[in-house]
Amino acid sequence: MNEGRIPRSATVIDRIDESPTVFTLRLRLEEDPDTPFVFRPGQFNMVGVFGVGEVPLSIVSDPLDIDFFDHTVRIVGRVTTAMARVRPGERLGIRGPFGSGWPVEQAVGRDIVLVSGGLGCAPLVSVVNYISRRRDQFGQMTLLHGVKSPEEMIYRERFKELSRQDRTRILLTSDRAGDGWEGSVGPVTALLDDLRFNPDTTSAKLCGPEPMMVAAVKKLITGGMAEEEIFVSLERSMQCAEGLCGHCMLVGHFICRDGPVFRYRDIRPLLEHKGL
Amino acid sequence: MDTDDLTGFLPRSSFKDLFTLLLREGFRIVGPREEDGTIVFKPVTSISDLPVGVRDDQSPGRYRISHQPTVRNFSWANGPQALKPLLFPPVETLWESRQDPDGRLSFLNAPDLSLPTAVIGLRSCDLVALDLQDRHFLNGPFPDRGYRSRREKLLLIGVHCSHPAATCFCASTGDGPGIRSGFDLVLGETDEGFVVSAGSEKGRNLRDQLPLRPALAKEIQIVREEIEAAARIQTRALPPGNLRDRLFLRLEAPHWDTVAQRCLSCGNCTMVCPTCFCSRNLEETDLPGNTSKTLRQWDSCFTSEHSYIHPAPVRGTTTFRYRQWLTHKLGSWHDQYGRSGCVGCGRCLTWCPTGIDMTQDLPHLFSWEPPGE
Repeated sequence: MNEGRIPRSATVIDRIDESPTVFTLRLRLEEDPDTPFVFRPGQFNMVGVFGVGEVPLSIVSDPLDIDFFDHTVRIVGRVTTAMARVRPGERLGIRGPFGSGWPVEQAVGRDIVLVSGGLGCAPLVSVVNYISRRRDQFGQMTLLHGVKSPEEMIYRERFKELSRQDRTRILLTSDRAGDGWEGSVGPVTALLDDLRFNPDTTSAKLCGPEPMMVAAVKKLITGGMAEEEIFVSLERSMQCAEGLCGHCMLVGHFICRDGPVFRYRDIRPLLEHKGL
Repeated sequence: MDTDDLTGFLPRSSFKDLFTLLLREGFRIVGPREEDGTIVFKPVTSISDLPVGVRDDQSPGRYRISHQPTVRNFSWANGPQALKPLLFPPVETLWESRQDPDGRLSFLNAPDLSLPTAVIGLRSCDLVALDLQDRHFLNGPFPDRGYRSRREKLLLIGVHCSHPAATCFCASTGDGPGIRSGFDLVLGETDEGFVVSAGSEKGRNLRDQLPLRPALAKEIQIVREEIEAAARIQTRALPPGNLRDRLFLRLEAPHWDTVAQRCLSCGNCTMVCPTCFCSRNLEETDLPGNTSKTLRQWDSCFTSEHSYIHPAPVRGTTTFRYRQWLTHKLGSWHDQYGRSGCVGCGRCLTWCPTGIDMTQDLPHLFSWEPPGE
């Protein structure tokens, strides 16, 4: 138990630049290469740069790919700036996986609506990948994904590929239009106005800024979706990931431990107040 | 007071024998000392290190020591800290990272430097706060390694509180002034010596080695009456009952802003609170750059960094931060640990530079009626 709490060394085996400020790192644990890295979609790792510090990062790869795992990172602060300089062959420290993850089993056989905003899509990308790889287990998948400007739209090729899959709709939107932008213009919540779904067979998973999620959930519920079929992934500062450091508290919840994925019904009143 | 157990009396002239015994048993002794104009818990080696006749005059934003013509060692209420820094140090190393010349990383747990430690002079509020810290650091899915090791080596010697400060309100939270549980030995101080009871197997072993005589009914009576008086003279109180729902119904009460106008967001209350547990992780790299330590340092929900996620803190105003602290302490603590996080020690009042007093602010908050559904 104790030893599990210190980081393990992982080698960067690949790196993809997704945009000028976003990159994906593919990692493999060094010691015990035979022990698979077991996780659920929506779980996260604390990823550390030697001498700099750690940040919580959602795991975006698929649990079936047992000999590596991927993190998509946006350069926003000290640690992610240092992480952006890491090249294949170099090492990072890994603690994890942590958190609850998405209840993907619960959604088997159902239609799924996914709503995401900004790079908040990282936790949802794991679900998109999970479903597309097990396409026959799930019904219709609709991804509504919004960004502030077209430059922030990453995974474009991947989304194009996915939208050619059976029973899959990918609707992309940007708050502002730009060169060559082919998607919608406006907030992601506006895409929900025209969305048709069968309330009896549909579950929703959301990730992104809390006001966006609150607004989107209202529209889903207006459309007839049951509140208990709606799940959200929340974001807070996390330093220990073990429910000890207190940074991620949302009233009685430690987001790192009790979340980051919650059933919307369980946290709804908490999202209605600013500054909790 | 727990008197099911055999209760003995240790004459003041034999008090030093308790220290000799603890040292012989291999304990480092930590106890109260008069230092920096207050009572601090630090290593002590003999009874001459203990305060004598010290009183602490406390009020919101104020702490002053005075000296009284008495032989008593425990005629004070509390200082800014007691047990918390011993178990949850203000700074500690969690692990060390090493980078080999070929880039390989290795990680080592920080060495366990904990020593068997006997702490003497603990108050009931301190012992209840310890129980709350245990629930946080030990009872979750990730028990804290360093805390557990220090906790297992701890011997707890409480002293019933007979001289509460004006800021104390433990009687209203049910956490004092008499000690009821969580101790190995408990002392009730009289002018002539100490009524001694044991509360654990470790405590009984020690008690049996002390030069005790049976305590007289009169001596037990003095201790009991002083505890009762210590409860009676407390003028501050928390409103009774579970305050969780009353607080969370009033998240938008205007009084949060009123308090925030006086709050400096300095975090003193969280530093002296015996149950606050927030921490941040820091990196400390050596000069050649081959090793780096990950340190854990006390943190406070009153800083803007505490809730920072790109691009802004969740709790960007003092109103939000004070509300977070109080609603957590008195409210969501019930969800997390099954009771309030406040033990009534009054430290947050005393050490607040502007004297913010939750016992005064709660009635204002509760007088506001939330708009109906």
